Amino acid sequence: MTSSIKMAPPEPMSTAGPSAWGRLLNFSTLGPLAALVLACVYFSLQTDRFLTGPNFSLILQQVMVVGTLAIGQTLVILTAGIDLSNGAIMGFGSIVMTKFAVDGGMPPLVAILLGIAVCGAFGLANGMLVTRIKLPPFIVTLGMLNIAFALTHIYSNEETITKLPPMLTALGRTFDIGGTRVTYGTLVAIGMFLVFAFVLSQTAWGRRVYATGNNPEATRLTGVPTRRILLSVYTVAGLVYGVAALLLVARTGVGDPKAGQTENLESITAVVIGGTSLFGGRGAVLGTLIGALIVGVFRNGLQLTGVQPIYQILITGVLVILAVAVDQISRRRNR
Amino acid sequence: MTDETRLSARGLVKRYGQVTALDGADFDLRAGEVLAVIGDNGAGKTTLIKALTGAITPDAGLITLDGRRVRFRTPLDARRAGIETVYQELALAPALDIPTNMFLGRELRRKGVLGSVFRMLDKPRMRAEAARHMAELQIGLRSLSSAVENLSGGQRQGVAVARAAAWARHVVIMDEPTAALGVRESAQVLDLIGRVRDRGLPVVLISHNMPHVFEIADRIHIQRLGRRVALVGKDDYSMPEVVAIMTGALRVEDSAAVVVDEAAAEAAGVADR
Repeated sequence: MTSSIKMAPPEPMSTAGPSAWGRLLNFSTLGPLAALVLACVYFSLQTDRFLTGPNFSLILQQVMVVGTLAIGQTLVILTAGIDLSNGAIMGFGSIVMTKFAVDGGMPPLVAILLGIAVCGAFGLANGMLVTRIKLPPFIVTLGMLNIAFALTHIYSNEETITKLPPMLTALGRTFDIGGTRVTYGTLVAIGMFLVFAFVLSQTAWGRRVYATGNNPEATRLTGVPTRRILLSVYTVAGLVYGVAALLLVARTGVGDPKAGQTENLESITAVVIGGTSLFGGRGAVLGTLIGALIVGVFRNGLQLTGVQPIYQILITGVLVILAVAVDQISRRRNR
Repeated sequence: MTDETRLSARGLVKRYGQVTALDGADFDLRAGEVLAVIGDNGAGKTTLIKALTGAITPDAGLITLDGRRVRFRTPLDARRAGIETVYQELALAPALDIPTNMFLGRELRRKGVLGSVFRMLDKPRMRAEAARHMAELQIGLRSLSSAVENLSGGQRQGVAVARAAAWARHVVIMDEPTAALGVRESAQVLDLIGRVRDRGLPVVLISHNMPHVFEIADRIHIQRLGRRVALVGKDDYSMPEVVAIMTGALRVEDSAAVVVDEAAAEAAGVADR
């Protein structure tokens, strides 16, 4: 026997009791996944038009623009921020890329890249205001929402841009998987989800994003340049919104100045339903994919079963509150 | 233990407007010792420690590390020089696991293309290293993968200390490491401090708790009115005497205590020396 006292207490760890529940709830994507499966089972039993390849392809197409926006939103929310401007930034980006290609006569690829770059610049501006002037993300992105919205209308002259070169709508084309037509845009969006799932869980940058959102002061004290992390998060989010703009253009086939007005809240909804905490530092981007799919499945399923559209909104509202409540309760259990 | 000085400071001055927080403070830390820094509120011990860890820049005075002059402008400078600090408010990310916390800001990447191109973390190696550091300090835990928030206060302090000990090449500074802990957990952390010292790292311990100071410290730095008024061995003076020096009732002159304030000394129970 040594004289030193071991840190390991002989009794079980003090949180072993409640953490069985807490850990399950805290395993943040498990709950949303169960909800998604349950919703799918329910609607399959209600109508035989639900569980078909074409219907799922449709759900994916409907979900992917908001889903891609929600990837950027997830990054921002993981740092305990919020982005109200993402839909408006996407809207402006879609006008930029279509107008540059159609009216500006630029090569389509250049127009696309410039559109994405403009969205990245908006993200960078958000990040600069948050990190340099230390304004709350809510206020910064609220302001940026109005600025991007106004610029969209000024620059487009309120006119829809049509007759797009084929490259701008290439991601709207489909290919065949077992008799079901799937768009290339869907593939791009799912690929983005997988890339960001990898980056967030397997790279130092990803772990630092979580740490910065979880405890910014502690993270700074360990030598992580937290301001630079925040700045990079907003910039990367902006670039992701640029990709969402391209997906939007490919899906609608036009540059529409009225697009992107409700997607900011829809993306927050997807993130929250997907189990990511608004308090930062907890959650996962694959949860966001599931969250976006839950919203899409409910909307589609209720439509197929003949429920009025207004009830879809009602149920989405209930889901959001439920998701945040589960997050709160699971965190309290862990205290 | 050697008498070799690792970290020292001479004549540190720091003013905040009219207030002089440091008024020519000296500091000396030897290799292989636990040096307790004590002092009343406002004596300047926090400011002294901040100057030594780069959190503030002193207005005057110089700091030397292993005989070489150093100037720390940020906490990162001090950390790069091998001085690690365990902060009172436990600088850990509660939702993340132990290896992630231990390697935050110093992550290890995979070898080859996975690391260089895909920037992929070497999680198995970080886990193994974290386990080794925890084992070296005999900090037993059921699972490394549990989030830090699921640990007890003492275990969390253990993670913070293990992280500091793992990265410190020269000095570990601990700010009130037992302040938030119960009796048993405090004993564990004091024990841990001893083990860090026994591995050859000198420890600076800031504490209000006299019994803890007398239990673990080799020498005691007594800070008063912005200066070091005494640097004493643990066995040179009794606990009431040290407290009396701290409050100004006793003064140390030619390594003998002199009563300055009779009434105060009597109240402290050290009058008849």
